[in-house]
This record gives sequence, C-alpha cells and structure tokens, in this order.
Amino acid sequence: MPDMTKTEATTPEDTSAPVAPVDPVKAEKARSLWGDAWADLRRNPYFIVSSVLIFILLTIAAFPSWFTSADPTKGDLVHHFLQHPELSKVGSPDWLGYDGQGRSVYARLIYGTRASIIVAVAVTAIVTIVGGITGMIAGYFGGLTDAIMSRITDVFFGIPFLLGAMVVLQAFTERTVSTVVFALAFLGWTQINRVMRGAVITVKQADYVHAAKALGAGTTRILIRHILPNAMAPVIVVSTIALGGYIAAEATLSYLGLGLAAPNISWGVDISAGASQIRVAQYILLYPSIILSITVLAFIMLGEAVRNALDPKLR
Amino acid sequence: MGRYVARRLLQMIPVFFGTTLLIFLMVYSLPGDPVAGLFGDKGTDPATLAALRHEHGLDQWIGKQYFDYITGILFHFDFGTQIRSGREVTEVIGAAFPVTLRLAFLAFAIEIVLGLALGIVAGLKAGKLADNVILILTLLIISMPVFVLGFIIKAVFAFQLGWITPTVSNEETWGELVAPAIVLGSLSLAYVARLTRTSMAENLRADYVRTAVAKGLPKRRVIGVHLMRNSMIPVVTFLGTDIGALMGGAVVTEGIFNVKGVGGLIYDSVLRREGLTVVGVVTVLVVVYLIASLLVDLLYAVMDPRIRYA
Repeated sequence: MPDMTKTEATTPEDTSAPVAPVDPVKAEKARSLWGDAWADLRRNPYFIVSSVLIFILLTIAAFPSWFTSADPTKGDLVHHFLQHPELSKVGSPDWLGYDGQGRSVYARLIYGTRASIIVAVAVTAIVTIVGGITGMIAGYFGGLTDAIMSRITDVFFGIPFLLGAMVVLQAFTERTVSTVVFALAFLGWTQINRVMRGAVITVKQADYVHAAKALGAGTTRILIRHILPNAMAPVIVVSTIALGGYIAAEATLSYLGLGLAAPNISWGVDISAGASQIRVAQYILLYPSIILSITVLAFIMLGEAVRNALDPKLR
Repeated sequence: MGRYVARRLLQMIPVFFGTTLLIFLMVYSLPGDPVAGLFGDKGTDPATLAALRHEHGLDQWIGKQYFDYITGILFHFDFGTQIRSGREVTEVIGAAFPVTLRLAFLAFAIEIVLGLALGIVAGLKAGKLADNVILILTLLIISMPVFVLGFIIKAVFAFQLGWITPTVSNEETWGELVAPAIVLGSLSLAYVARLTRTSMAENLRADYVRTAVAKGLPKRRVIGVHLMRNSMIPVVTFLGTDIGALMGGAVVTEGIFNVKGVGGLIYDSVLRREGLTVVGVVTVLVVVYLIASLLVDLLYAVMDPRIRYA
C-alpha cells in the first residue's frame, strides 16, 4: 500500500502511518472489498481487543449466572456501606462491595449487562432496517420521492435526540426494555437514512448498475443484488459506532429516571441510584460507570476498525 | 447566492411545521392530564375540570389545537401559558434561555479552541506518538457518557480538590460555568479533534499543498491558510449541527451542576406534562438548528470558492 506522497517541506516528519506488510501470495489472489477488509481487520489490534471485549460482554449478557452466584435483587442491610465501611472496599468478601440497599454491586453489574446489550442491539437492528430501506428508496429513486422523504427525515432529525426520547418515554406508564427501544429507534433512524441515501446516490452511478439495467434487470433485483452490497459499508460502520451510543443513551435516560427503572436491572438504573450517594460512597457510581464506558468504547473501537478496513484512504 | 438563500428558507418552512407538529403530537399523546394534575390526589368535580380544559383549549380536536398554537406563535409571538403556574411560556423560556445560551457558548468556544488545536497537532503528526495519544484520548472521551464525565469532574475537582463548587449558583458567573461547559462540550470536542485530524492528514498530500510548499511559502502560511481553509469543511459542518445539539444536550449537564437553564426546564416540563412548555422550547431549538445549518452551508462558499450556489 504505497499510499504516501511525501510532503517533506511541510512536515519534516514522515506522515505515513504504519503500513502492514502485504503477503505476496495472498495479495495476488483477487479479493472482494469484504475479503480485503477482513484480511485487514485480522491484523488490527483495535479490532482484536474490541471483539474480545464484545464477546465477553455478550457471554455475560447471555449467561449471567456463569459469572456470579449472588442474587442481584437480594438486599441485605447487614452489608450496607454505612454499617460496614470495610465492605465497600475492594477486597471485601464480595469484591466490589454493596450498594445502598445491601445488594452486591458485582452481581448487579453482571445482571445489568443484558438489558444494556439487548436495548442497544434491538435499537440498532430496527434503525438499520428502517433507515436503510428508506434511505435506499430516497437515494435510488431521487426526484420528488427523495425530496419528500428527505423533508420527512429533516423533521425527525431536527428534534434533539435525547429530548425526543424523553417525551416519547414519558408517554408510557410502564417502562420496559421494549418501550426504551421504541423511544430510541423513533428518532434514531434518520442517521442511517442519511448515510444510506448518500451511499446509494454514489453507487447508482456505477457502470455495473447501468450494465444491469441495460441487461433488463428489474428494480428490486438491482437494488438488492447490486446497490445494497456496495452501499452497505458506511452503514455498517455507522451502525456499529451508533450501537455504543445507544448503550450510553439507554443509561442516560435511565439515569434521568425516564428509561428503565427498578425492578429492571441495568447499569443506568444503578448509576442513577448511586448518584444520590456520590458524597458518601462513590464506588457505587464508579463501577457501573466504568463498565458502561468500556462497553461503549468496545463498540466504537470495533466501528473504527471496520471503517479503517473498508476505507483505506482514511489511514 | 440570493436565490440559494431564498430556496433554503423556503425549504425550511415545511420542516419547521413538520417538526413542531411532530413534537406537538408526541406531547399530546402523553397520558395523564395536566389539568387534573393541578388538583393532586383529591381530584375535583368534573365540571371544574371541563371548564379548565375548555379554558386551555384542551377539549378541542388536536388539529385545531395545533393550528391555534402555531398561529399564536407566528402572528402574536405567543407560546401559550403554563397551566400550573399561569406564567407565559415566553417568559419562562426567556428566563431559562440566556443561561443555557451562555453555557452553550462557552462549551462551543472550548470545543473549537481545544478541538481544533488537538486535531491540528494530530493531523500534522499523523502516525506519530502525539497522534496516537490524541486518538486514544478522544476515543476515551467519546466512550464516556456525559453524566459519567460530569460525575468524575465533580468528584475530583469539587469533592477531592475543592477547586470548583459542586453546584452552580443562581448568579451563574462565567467562572462557575466553566466546569459544566467542559462537560457539555467534551463529546463534541473529541469529534472536532478527530474530524480535523482526518481532514488535515488527507489534505497534507493534496497537490495544492505541494504547490504552496514548492513556491517556497513559509510553513506557517502553508498550514494556516492553504491547508486549514480546505480542511475545515467537514469540521464546520459538524460545528453547525452541534449548536442545536449543545442547547438540547444540556439536560444532563445542567442537572448534574444544578444550572437553571433550558435543559432543566424541559426535564421538569416533561415530568409535569406541561406540554406547551416542551413544545415551545423544542420549537426554539428547532429554529436555532435550522438557522445554524443554513449558515454552515453559506460558510462553505466562503471557505471553498469552488463551491458556488446558483
């Protein structure tokens, strides 16, 4: 990848990023965009670290009982941090201490993973499908269809995300995972819509699309067989990064008391509970905040790694 | 240029009506009755309720309510009256808005200065240590939800070091607003740094930079004028949409630092089902957002003369 044009006078330092050596045997084989990207990803430390993290998190979300035998809902005020300050220290019998109701902070972290992951994955899936389909239609057909759809998107885009989600959530008396998913997806699809629309507009000019048309392929076939695979790359990148954002958004809403609420167990719920005790026991707030940030970080890192692999120009 | 501005302004009209209608419908569909809420658990007789509902126009068809509301705003600058307090919504917004405006302004200034500085350093030293440090730093900031960062700053600088007061007083001096502004602007700061970095690193290899260097221009001029001007378009785009986001994103930050601004106003209004206040604030935010995005598009032509608007 000799991608560097030296600009010595401007920057005496060489601007080239570390370029991985290309295996000559593999390089000869013709590879698709995705094959190329995969080969690139496997060597990217960011990708490896983030996928390992995500794998662990998914395992925790699926099988929380593998990681702790404690019951996250069982509160025993014997463990209250005011009664036994030593229990709140690292190294206490339950090593992350106990919260204001004497429940194991560690067990709650483990069991809280599922809600956060499910919300984020569900929102991302809905948003990608809705935004992807609408964006593809707007981008491909253009003209009046595009004008109308883009104005509708503008309407949803203009409402501040968090505020909109707050209002939507307030409409539900009961706040469960599905209502939070709905609230986040309600305004979240616009981002994917715009990315998809832009990508489709670029792709539809390509020669192979014209060729397919000339050969008499139907609109559906062109869209699914030719446009979609070639316009997917930026959507996947944005979706992955957004997934981390939705985890943060769920926690933020729960923290505000508008997202998930007890008896649901989620990191946001615990952070919200810990916030009221920030002066006496900061660890209650600290641990869920740390694991939350690590999770968001993992998804953003994954998205960035995928972007770098799909778009070598960005390096 | 004039025609372009006119067309953009015309396009704003349906978006303005659409957004206000959407938020109006969202608020309208909230369960619970703000009038019944006035009387608490005891409740009151249906006749009083009906009379009050009639007085506030809540018994009318939703389309009529929206029509009355929007004509009130457009022709009389009347955003309605809060049901609970009886105060004018314009007055309530007028009290809260300046605080958030100052907070957002400060956050905006911080994110431009620091974000650009970090981005330029990283972009010029792409692949070097400084670049990697800045990339990791911004990645960490992006991963941290606003309230987490807010609590960290509060815990460290207010409780441990005692450098700042944990809550902002009602005078909201500029000094008190610095900490919340850093929290509010941090996420955007990280994005600005990353966008600047990518854009600069890419344009470093552009022909016009090589030409400028070949002409023997001093390094400062090459970077400051030739490179910067051409690298700023994605950054300015982001900054434009960010103005609206900063104002709306103040909910969490203002809550943590006890700032009496728009964020807190919206939060309270949503909880109390003060629909008109919510719609009013969001309407103002939407207008801010629309104007900001128009300004951004006009700035493009200033920064890159190749862009012409017919």
